[in-house]
Amino acid sequence: MKASGTVFKYGDNVDTDVIIPARYLNSSDPKELALHCMEDIDKEFVNQVKSGDLIVADKNFGCGSSREHAPIAIKAAGVSCVIAETFARIFYRNAINIGLPIIECPEAAKGIEAGDQVEVDFDSGIITNKTKGTTYQGQAFPEFMQRIIKSEGLINYINQKQ
Amino acid sequence: MGMTMTQKILAAAAALPEVRAGQLIEADLDLVLGNDITSPVAIHEMDKFTTEGIFHKDKIALVMDHFAPNKDIKSAQHCKCVREFACRHDITNYFDVGEMGIEHALLPEKGLTVAGDVIIGADSHTCTYGALGAFSTGVGSTDMAAGMATGKAWFKVPSAIKFNIVGKPSKWVSGKDVILHIIGMIGVDGALYKSMEFTGEGICNLSMDDRFTIANMAIEAGGKNGIFPVDETAIAYMKEHSARKYKIYEADEDAEYDEEYTIDLSTLKPTVAFPHLPENTRTIDEAGDVAIDQVVIGSCTNGRLDDLRIAAEVLKGKKVAKGIRCIVIPATQRIYLEAMEEGLLRVFIEAGAIVSTPTCGPCLGGYMGILAEGERCVSTTNRNFVGRMGHVESEVYLASPAVAAASAITGKISAPVE
Repeated sequence: MKASGTVFKYGDNVDTDVIIPARYLNSSDPKELALHCMEDIDKEFVNQVKSGDLIVADKNFGCGSSREHAPIAIKAAGVSCVIAETFARIFYRNAINIGLPIIECPEAAKGIEAGDQVEVDFDSGIITNKTKGTTYQGQAFPEFMQRIIKSEGLINYINQKQ
Repeated sequence: MGMTMTQKILAAAAALPEVRAGQLIEADLDLVLGNDITSPVAIHEMDKFTTEGIFHKDKIALVMDHFAPNKDIKSAQHCKCVREFACRHDITNYFDVGEMGIEHALLPEKGLTVAGDVIIGADSHTCTYGALGAFSTGVGSTDMAAGMATGKAWFKVPSAIKFNIVGKPSKWVSGKDVILHIIGMIGVDGALYKSMEFTGEGICNLSMDDRFTIANMAIEAGGKNGIFPVDETAIAYMKEHSARKYKIYEADEDAEYDEEYTIDLSTLKPTVAFPHLPENTRTIDEAGDVAIDQVVIGSCTNGRLDDLRIAAEVLKGKKVAKGIRCIVIPATQRIYLEAMEEGLLRVFIEAGAIVSTPTCGPCLGGYMGILAEGERCVSTTNRNFVGRMGHVESEVYLASPAVAAASAITGKISAPVE
């Protein structure tokens, strides 16, 4: 499995309130949530993001509220992978549980810039910055995690196992 | 090597003689919690399960508190979805308008959370119940769904940071100042993936409500949980509120901690977190001249009876400054009633504040006090992120009930005076 696209870059402590503001949490429809993804930190995100694009950020991405709506909105907006220096723990769990690939890789988070073309190989964990010609070694996705992602989330994965 | 208090609880829940930091375990759950925002997503996930049913009708709590009483049609649809689910599965602890309160004040009050429990909740402030010596942590809706179906959850056993609490706080210093001080010190990711274990002789100087406030905001330091030892104060609280059997766990003498800090309560001052992170703290004497538009006193962090008593003590016989909106939200129906019987509601109303039915409303910018562009609010809530309480250009300053009430009187961030 691979992810490939253009990078949207953010800083430290991107919280779930800016990923999907609570004023839109009266909906749980992924398509509707995607329309407001990143709205309070980057108004242009939803207009510019294309299917397959990546988000790269610094420390503690996804801190704050436990709202699963945050990774749901990111995934429904078309993002194929989020790379960060570190993730907040609830966001980390939620992202995997809904099948949004995420990788902690401090070097990549530092070296990759907005607009770079980046490819992630989930089998090897290798992150390639095609714009700059650099590569980074992130953690490979274990097989079960790739299957959760392919199954579109934990529940489908559990069902398939039974 | 010894175990921390959290590790001991998790080992018992996983039926293992011991666990170590980093170990992956599957634990039995004593309670699975959801609210009107997170439960509909979980219920939708549960519908995907090929197996039917829930693990235990008494061990699921569903609390309609965020956008309830329903703020609009979509919120009403969400509550209806949860109400029908609760009815279909005959869930005992479903709390709707009339019975509901803000979940993290309500569940301990109803006796549903006791020492030794393992609790997950699809709400990040589920860590509150650590005040009673339980392991409790926030999760997302999918984990909630899996928990409701199986009664189990997987965890990575956390390492811990130890906070040795000593001394006695001065008059206007409360649990909120303690936790804001700690977050200011270690940062919003200072306890990422870790337990925050509070210990020390100073804990006896913190009321139960102070401890709920401190454990509640462990997540604002990135913590997996915050936990207090079970002492006479905690036992008295559980005996008053719960018929359930509690179990006391203590950290081993030789438990290992990643870091240790000593917090001397006697040296702390009222503390305010400036926009837009809870770690941007300043003591009240360094706050400067910050004019405000609104004050909110309430939430799962500071909507309990002690909080309202302190706010009323400051506001008694005074007036909210002209042009300032002061919104007081008792966290549960019982707290509301007790505040009424003690005459606190009269103090608030005569001061020019309003008193609302329990709701999370303004804390997360839902309703009941949304801020306009450029407006500033002193709030006893827990987050001051960009746009948290309304317009993306508005600002939230986190503070204790004493500072919030004092600020309502002067119209700017202020210290309470005798």
